[in-house]
Amino acid sequence: MAENVIEFNDQNFDSDVLEAGTPVLVDFWAVWCGPCKAIAPIVEEIANDYNGKVKVGKMDVDRNNQVAMRYGIRSIPTLLVFNNGEVVDQVIGNVGKESIESMLNKALS
Amino acid sequence: MHRKVIIIGSGPAGLTAAVYAARANLEPLVFEGSQPGGQLTITTDVENFPGFPDGIMGPELIEHMRKQAVRFGATCEYKTVDRVDLLSSPFTIWVKDKKYTADTIIISTGASARLLGLDSEKELMGYGVSACATCDGFFFKEKEVLVVGGGDSAAEEAIFLTKFASKVTIIHRRDELRASKIMQDRVFDHKRIEIMWNSSLDDISGTKDSGVTGAMIKDTVSGDTKKISCDGVFMAIGHIPNTSVFKGQLDLDDKGYIITKPDSTYTNIPGVFACGDVQDQTYRQAVTAAGTGCMSAIDAERWLEEN
Repeated sequence: MAENVIEFNDQNFDSDVLEAGTPVLVDFWAVWCGPCKAIAPIVEEIANDYNGKVKVGKMDVDRNNQVAMRYGIRSIPTLLVFNNGEVVDQVIGNVGKESIESMLNKALS
Repeated sequence: MHRKVIIIGSGPAGLTAAVYAARANLEPLVFEGSQPGGQLTITTDVENFPGFPDGIMGPELIEHMRKQAVRFGATCEYKTVDRVDLLSSPFTIWVKDKKYTADTIIISTGASARLLGLDSEKELMGYGVSACATCDGFFFKEKEVLVVGGGDSAAEEAIFLTKFASKVTIIHRRDELRASKIMQDRVFDHKRIEIMWNSSLDDISGTKDSGVTGAMIKDTVSGDTKKISCDGVFMAIGHIPNTSVFKGQLDLDDKGYIITKPDSTYTNIPGVFACGDVQDQTYRQAVTAAGTGCMSAIDAERWLEEN
């Protein structure tokens, strides 16, 4: 079910996210975060819907705090959209599928 | 799309209503809304839900309820209702431009954290301003934070935040806490919690890049203001019911809660039922929400039989 959701970490972030050839959606989360659990199935759906067009992955902030600190994450879930190595859009909190889709559609257009 | 029962909201009230309606073969459709699972998903351990002697994590409890509802034929969709027409039958619900009709509607949209309404609060929400200590406390290791409020949830958040923060200051408008005695004692005894009495938060400084850097605190007695530095601000000043979409159609009380007929979940519109925190400002527990959720499904089932 989650096969299209990649696990990002501090080590692979630069190569897998910043240097990716497509837009990338990164879901910053942690196991103790309730809203993150609520948003996880939505992120999985998005990963399947946008398979091949957008890379979708999760970043556990507990185990990978370097990237979370670099982007000033102070609340989770935070979803960042990267394109060509830059943050092009972001949402904080459990915002619903449509808001995420509209971010991705904008990044793809 | 037409359904016999549409449930708006997916906390313990809505999901319990879904379990009961599904078991009555009413094939309910649940719109999960902008915070699927509701307030339980921003809690950690739930220690007072009967049947779980060792406690259970809020999100896990919700997941169990959702699975239970789906097992009996409920459909749960991650959609948020934008507009309703409850004044003509069948009732109509719009999600963006998509239209759904239903013979009965169960409203379980719950309540959300109240905010102060400051521009800076809105601007910095998620950048150091938070309404959920359990979600965001982690990012304030060895930092100084404020908790605004004086009730049980403010006390709970303050105590929780001491796991991470070097100093927690409670900003409270009055000279005594509303929190229960046991929570007050825990707050007063805690070395890293300070209380600023008779104080209100007037403004928050910071930027999205820097995060929160300070706050303007007003003395509610003298009216004097002073600036203090802090890295985070947690709001715990109560809740507001999520009823804006029903305004002008359903009878609401002066605080915006849906008014239900005594000993039932009936609203002023026959066929529309309300359960959980959206109609309860007294108990506000997961188990009472589940209880009224059950009532609403039974009310809806009987109403469908009779009409």
